[in-house]
Parts: sequence; C-alpha cells; structure tokens
Amino acid sequence: MTDAMSPNQVALSYLAASVLFILALKGLSHPLTARRGNRFGIAGMTLAVLTTLAITRRIDLTIGALALGGLAGWIVARRVQMTQMPELVAAMHSLVGLAAVLIAIAVVNDPAAFNIGDPIPAANRVELFIGTFVGAMTFSGSVIAFGKLAGLGKVSRLFSSAPVVFKGQHIVNLVLAVVMIGFGIAFVAAAPAAHWPPFIAMTALAFVLGVLIIIPIGGADMPVVISMLNSYSGWAASGIGFSLNNPLLIVAGSLVGSSGAILSYIMCKAMNRSFFSVILGGFGSAEGTASAETQQKTVKSGSPEDVAFLLGNAESVIIIPGYGLAVARAQHAVKEMAHKLAAKGVNVRYAIHPVAGRMPGHMNVLLAEAEVPYEEVQEMDDINGDFGSTDIAFVLGANDVVNPLAEQPGSPIFGMPILEAHKAHTVIVNKRSMASGYAGIDNPLFYMDRTMMVFGDAKKVVEDIVKAIE
Amino acid sequence: MHGVAVDPIVTNLMVFVLAIFVGYHVVWNVTPALHTPLMSVTNAISSVIVVGAILAAGPGPLDRGAILGAIAVALVAINTFGGFLVTERMLEMFKKKERAEKHR
Repeated sequence: MTDAMSPNQVALSYLAASVLFILALKGLSHPLTARRGNRFGIAGMTLAVLTTLAITRRIDLTIGALALGGLAGWIVARRVQMTQMPELVAAMHSLVGLAAVLIAIAVVNDPAAFNIGDPIPAANRVELFIGTFVGAMTFSGSVIAFGKLAGLGKVSRLFSSAPVVFKGQHIVNLVLAVVMIGFGIAFVAAAPAAHWPPFIAMTALAFVLGVLIIIPIGGADMPVVISMLNSYSGWAASGIGFSLNNPLLIVAGSLVGSSGAILSYIMCKAMNRSFFSVILGGFGSAEGTASAETQQKTVKSGSPEDVAFLLGNAESVIIIPGYGLAVARAQHAVKEMAHKLAAKGVNVRYAIHPVAGRMPGHMNVLLAEAEVPYEEVQEMDDINGDFGSTDIAFVLGANDVVNPLAEQPGSPIFGMPILEAHKAHTVIVNKRSMASGYAGIDNPLFYMDRTMMVFGDAKKVVEDIVKAIE
Repeated sequence: MHGVAVDPIVTNLMVFVLAIFVGYHVVWNVTPALHTPLMSVTNAISSVIVVGAILAAGPGPLDRGAILGAIAVALVAINTFGGFLVTERMLEMFKKKERAEKHR
C-alpha cells in the first residue's frame, strides 16, 4: 500500500465507518431520527471511500468512474416514482452482485494487487468462490425480479409476473447447484495456471441458477423475493470482504445480509408462507382458478354518494389501503377525503398490512408521499383490536389481507394474519370488479350484510366521495 | 501457542459473526413503517463494496484488472449515490408530515 495512510490508520478509519453504518440503521427505529441515521450512513460511506482513495495508486480512473456512476445514481434517485421503488431497489441489488463478480475476477487476475499471495492461498480461493457465486446469483436473480416488477413480461417470458414452472425444475436446479459447487471445488484445488476454466464455469452456472431460482416465484411473493435479494447482496459484499481481508466490507455486508434476512422472515410470516415454499417456487399463482364455486351470492353495492353519507355520519373510520390504491394513484384523493372527514369530527386512521404493496413498508412510503401524517397510519398488530369498536372499515384496493377465511381452518389461506375489517360495524369495499385477489380465493367479506361494495377505479370513486362530502 | 499468529480468516470470522449479531438486534428495532427506506439505505450501505472496486481499479498500470475495477466502481457508485439520495427523499416525506402536524 502507499504512503498517505498507514495500514493501522486505514483500519481505524474503516472501524469508524463501520460504526457509522450501524448508527445509520439504528436511526431508522423512528421517523424522527431516521434522517440523522441516513446522514450517518453518508458520512460512513464518505469516510470509507476517501480512505480507500488515499491508499490506491491510481486516482484519475477511479474518480472518473465514481463521477459517472454517481451522476447516474443521482438522476435516477431524483426521478424515480415512489410506486417504482421496488424496481429501483431490485436494480440496485443487481449492481452490487455484478460488482462482486467483477472484483472477484480482478482478484483472480492479479492477486498481488490486493496484497493476496500469488498463487492465491486455498482459503482465499474458498472465499472468492463463495463471494463470486453469491454475487452472480444476486445479479441475475435481481435482473429477473426487476423485470417482473417493471412488468416486462411481454419482452420475455422470463420476466412474466406469473410463475414460470417446468417439469423437473427442482431436480434441474439441484443438479446445476451441485455441478456449480463441483467447479468451485475444482477452482480451489486447481493449479495456479489452470484456475480460470473452473472459475468461469462456476460463475456462469451461478448466473443461470440466479435466473432459475427467481422465475418460478409469482408476483404476489415479490416482497419476499426483494427482501431475499437484499440479503444476498449483503452476503456477496461480505464474501468479497473475506477474500480481500477487509473488515469494513465484512461488517457492512453482514449488516445488510441480516437486515434482508429479517425482512424476508417478516414478509413470509405476513403471507403465511414458509421461506422454503417461496424459494422453491410455484406459489402466488393460481389466479382465478379457485373461483369455481361461484354460486350466485349477492353483494350490496352503493354509489360514492352513499359512501360519502355513511362516512360523514360515522364517528370513527379506518381506511385499509391496498396496492390497488397505489396503482390507481388515489393516495392524494384519499388524503383529501380523510382531511374533509376529520374536519367534520370523524376519527380517521389508516391500517397497514405488512404486505400491502410490492415491498416491505411500501404502502407507508406511498401514504407519506401523499402527506398523510404517520401518526394516523397504524400497523396491523396495533389496530386490529380497534375494529370491533369502529363504525366503518373502508377497504380500498385490498382483498386477501382482509379475507376472514384466513381465520377458518381448511381454507387455503388459513393462518395468514389479516386486518380484521369484518369486525367493524359497517364495511365499505372499493374494487374495480368482483375478481379475486392474488391468492385466487373468494372473499366472504364482500357478501356480509354489513358490507357495501362500491365498484370503480379507486381514484375516481374517492374523488366522487370527496365531492359528495359536504 | 507462542508466536503463532491467529489466522486472518479466524479474525474475519469473528468480525462477521459479531456484525451479524449487531445487525440482527438493530434491525429488529426498525419501525415497520420505515422498512422501504431501510431497504434502500442497506442497499446504499452494501455499495461499500466500492472499496474493493477502487482497490481493483487502482494498482497502477491500466491492465485488465484495473478496467474491470473501474467498471465495478462506476456500477456501484450508482448505488452509493442513488441509494442514499432516494432514502433521503423518502425520509423527507415522513418529515413533511411532522411539520404539518405541528402546524395544526
């Protein structure tokens, strides 16, 4: 290494950056401290980059690349719509994965440049192998996830939001994984001159596996997938940290890896899926198939004016927004409605299911964008006890997360935690049509005597309600 | 044991395991309302892999490794800048509401 900083100074500086990253995550425990947390993160990253720049021998190339990527990132961050956050996050995961692979290739190409012995010691090769395949799978898996989220199903079947399944899928995946590990072992054992072929084969197979793992996962399971890839991108960074003997990468990677793992767990629990059933694929499919027993059950439907009348005379209203609301871009109209009702003395709150939206916490961000005060937005566990004493539960663009069948043993969604809208004195449901939700099952909530359906596009309906509230 | 240094891999493993514990405990305290910003900020943090990319780009001569490194730097820099900025943008929205609250 060069002169600007001694190895000890570098290590201490990396330590400080690690602490700053931990503080960044800690800040997110409350909206009031979150921004400070993000600043800690920026400070940590700045410190890490400056320290590293001080010890490299070639700055022009690096600064140029940093500026180029930074500009692109800046533009994207400014322009992206909040509904597109899941796509953005998926795209960013893929970049971390790809960078891990590129760095690993650079290490194999010239280990001495990274102060790793040449030929590369066996232990470092194991670490390189792990960092590379996790990185490669993160990359290709995230690309597929991005395509699914961005609705690129028409471009390629691989990006279809419906699960892509074929016969013997699990066997194929298993065989490929075993062969990939075989090449990995060959890479570790190979003579220095012969390590490229197994390394390349292993990397290529990891890219293929990343694709195969994500294609069978359906659109409804996207919150799990995106959390899982978040976790993978962290482990990839950690793996590269091991190869480069860089504790900062190990710490930051593990923080991200465990964060993603926790989010995956929370999402699986909220959807009543085991992690493995999501990974092994084929779920979140079955759209429309289960509505076989469509006996002529009657629903009561009403006009937006009827809804406005009911809401205006209620004492308490809980709004349950689903992704349909975001698709219709009705958040602002809903906020205006809540505002008008609050002015009439109605107690309005929002109830958020953990999987409302396409990624963890997505609905909260969408409501925040519409300037809904976060104090009015309640999590499922906090508000479920209040439905029994609430006049009106107003379900907007949500379906499965309010399906009371989840409380009945034997139903396909039994055990899934739901928002207990059916306990409210009156239930109003806005939907575009009577089609079933992602889970493809009928919802008895719609047929209750106390339920009124109001059909139509969420934005149009809510705007009409706003007009009708005097 | 005299004079036998601990293998760097063991030291790394210690760091790794401890960091997972820290991450586990810190992240469980994150409020669910901020899970999306959590993901975008962890995304930005994982772009610390840029450190490895800078080292790859910087050995001196402009060879294959340096070019790969430079490409990696450019790719991850998108996350480094984009990730923190978009997080800031989201958190700004949560803050706006605070102000609105106070005005009431």
